[in-house]
Amino acid sequence: MSNPTKSAFQAGNGIFRSTVVPLNIENVDTDQIIPARFLKATSREGFGENLFRDWRYNNDDENQPKQDFVFNDATYSGKILVAAKNFGCGSSREHAAWAIKDAGYEVVVSSFFADIFKSNSLNNFLLPVQVSETFLKKIFDTVQRDPKTEIEVDLERQTITITATGEQETFDINKYKKTCLLNGYDDIDYLLSIKKEIQQFETLKN
Amino acid sequence: MSESNQNKDVGGRTSERGGKSLFDKIWEKHVVKQIEGGPFVLYIDKHFIHEVTSPQAFSGLNKRGIKVLRPELTVATADHNVPTIDQHLPIREELSRRQVDALKKNCAEHGIELYGLGHPFQGIVHVIGPELGVTQPGITIVCGDSHTSTHGAFGAIAFGIGTSEVEMVLATQCLLQTKPKVMRINVDGQLHKGVVSKDIILYIISQISASGATGYFVEYAGSAIRSLSMEARMTICNMSIEMGARGGMIAPDETTFTYLKGRKFSPEGAEWDAKVAEWKQLYSDGNAMFDKEIFINAADIEPMITYGTNPGMGVGVTGHVPSLNEVDEKEKASFEKSLNYMGLQPGANMKGKKVDYVFIGSCTNSRIEDLRMVAGFVKGKKKASDVQVWVVPGSKQVEKQAIEEGIDKIFEQAGFQLRQPGCSACLGMNEDKIPAGKYCISTSNRNFEGRQGPNARTFLASPLTAAAAAITGEICDVREYLVDVNKEDAVLN
Repeated sequence: MSNPTKSAFQAGNGIFRSTVVPLNIENVDTDQIIPARFLKATSREGFGENLFRDWRYNNDDENQPKQDFVFNDATYSGKILVAAKNFGCGSSREHAAWAIKDAGYEVVVSSFFADIFKSNSLNNFLLPVQVSETFLKKIFDTVQRDPKTEIEVDLERQTITITATGEQETFDINKYKKTCLLNGYDDIDYLLSIKKEIQQFETLKN
Repeated sequence: MSESNQNKDVGGRTSERGGKSLFDKIWEKHVVKQIEGGPFVLYIDKHFIHEVTSPQAFSGLNKRGIKVLRPELTVATADHNVPTIDQHLPIREELSRRQVDALKKNCAEHGIELYGLGHPFQGIVHVIGPELGVTQPGITIVCGDSHTSTHGAFGAIAFGIGTSEVEMVLATQCLLQTKPKVMRINVDGQLHKGVVSKDIILYIISQISASGATGYFVEYAGSAIRSLSMEARMTICNMSIEMGARGGMIAPDETTFTYLKGRKFSPEGAEWDAKVAEWKQLYSDGNAMFDKEIFINAADIEPMITYGTNPGMGVGVTGHVPSLNEVDEKEKASFEKSLNYMGLQPGANMKGKKVDYVFIGSCTNSRIEDLRMVAGFVKGKKKASDVQVWVVPGSKQVEKQAIEEGIDKIFEQAGFQLRQPGCSACLGMNEDKIPAGKYCISTSNRNFEGRQGPNARTFLASPLTAAAAAITGEICDVREYLVDVNKEDAVLN
């Protein structure tokens, strides 16, 4: 089985560290992450340029950036997106995870993720890290004080740390998905490997 | 509304007291195996695909050099990105045409049945599955669309998936899934006149919030749910995802069996009898455990309307937008952002708010009963002069039925435009978009920013409330007009 590098964790011995982009908005739905009119493509690539398109520009015009939107604020940059609760709700479009990953993010942090978005992210080697409301507020506050604040995510140990202060929390991920992320395996590889068992199940079921 | 968490016992849900929930009964029959410390391998009985979320899955298969494992278990249609006028002509917009053509090519290459444009069975995937009898009790159903929860109305485990998962199902007929928690929402008592199933679900979401059921599969139960028709039940299950639930379901009963009998893919003869006997076992045992249980009195529900930019931001039509002191301090920023988008003031009354567009359609409310409900109300009336009204039937079969019943004539006389089947202005992927800044009262399922078109503003409501707004040109309380309704023409539940 070939495993090209699909996640930063695979490349970086399970550890990823970056400055963050803080998106302190609740209930961010996948229509905002990638509006429906951009779902006409038949490949997985190129969605990053339209990430949060309608929050970034007025009148869909790249010459009219919305100044108050964090993506247009040069103060913040990084490969970790931090968002308020219920991130990724709404439509099941995997294009949302593709767009975030395509725009260069490796981790999304929130206090609460919508279920389908969470699976879609994991299937694209984009790590959703669920933290407590308290820890999330700490990240937002620290980053607001110092936009250069770095966050370190250690997938092996399942910890997330605000490096400047050393404040840390652990996060959940199931053992199987963790192995996938650390090794670049995907679910289809696994399911194809148990095809015989699936066919046996079908025979018994019918 | 009241809540109980007393049954909270995730691990021992089914074993401790011996009872099983409807969800558990179906789930257990579909588990191929569990990965140690990880998810379950779940077998999928029926898979629906459409043009928007499937092309990358087929490319994935081609890249791996593999074929679809069970093409006969997948059904395809074109719905999300198709025009709703002149469907007999080639699709004008190039990207959309290419996407629909890709579906055609992929289905042909892999031997999958396609009900594409022009086919008498074409329509919104969650409308055609049930009407063809593909959707049945006790089975697992998935589709690359979050409103797949609709099919749960038949007592099936049905949920939306992403494109990588579409590829998994095409390749192996299985998915890797963690087992969700189970919540039961009981709605008991008598609904008021003018209150329909859409109001029930909008009320539930307004009570528990847009994320209140995340991590759960929901079973809807209680006398008010039991009394609903099959199509009304679909409307309820359809919007389960809008409170974050993985899916929603209702135990099958005589209403379900009557609906399914004689449909194209329904079993026949002795097989039908055997299936019905099997389906009758599909209910939550009296001593089943739920991780959470909610109780709602049907009489508390009035016709609903949303004011904000997620489906949980809803109130009764006689209500008002919350004032700032009614909003939790933590949620104030999101609340203000939302009202700013909607152009509404805190504390404003919803009644009397002008609308520019009325959209009757989507997988939530585009079935024949929805169209009958609207037609029953508008018969002999005319739309308000400055309002545009689009009615988009859910399928070719719904369209045909509406024409046979003369509903098309009623709409024509009222000044409504009856278009052709598709998802249309629910998500504004095709040309059916609400212009920037305009207000649309919509029978669809999402009022997100830009959902119906960039800067379009959406009020979600029932078909009946939307019909009333089409006539008066503003949000109104349909109950004040119901004396006009001829009960034989209108299906009010």
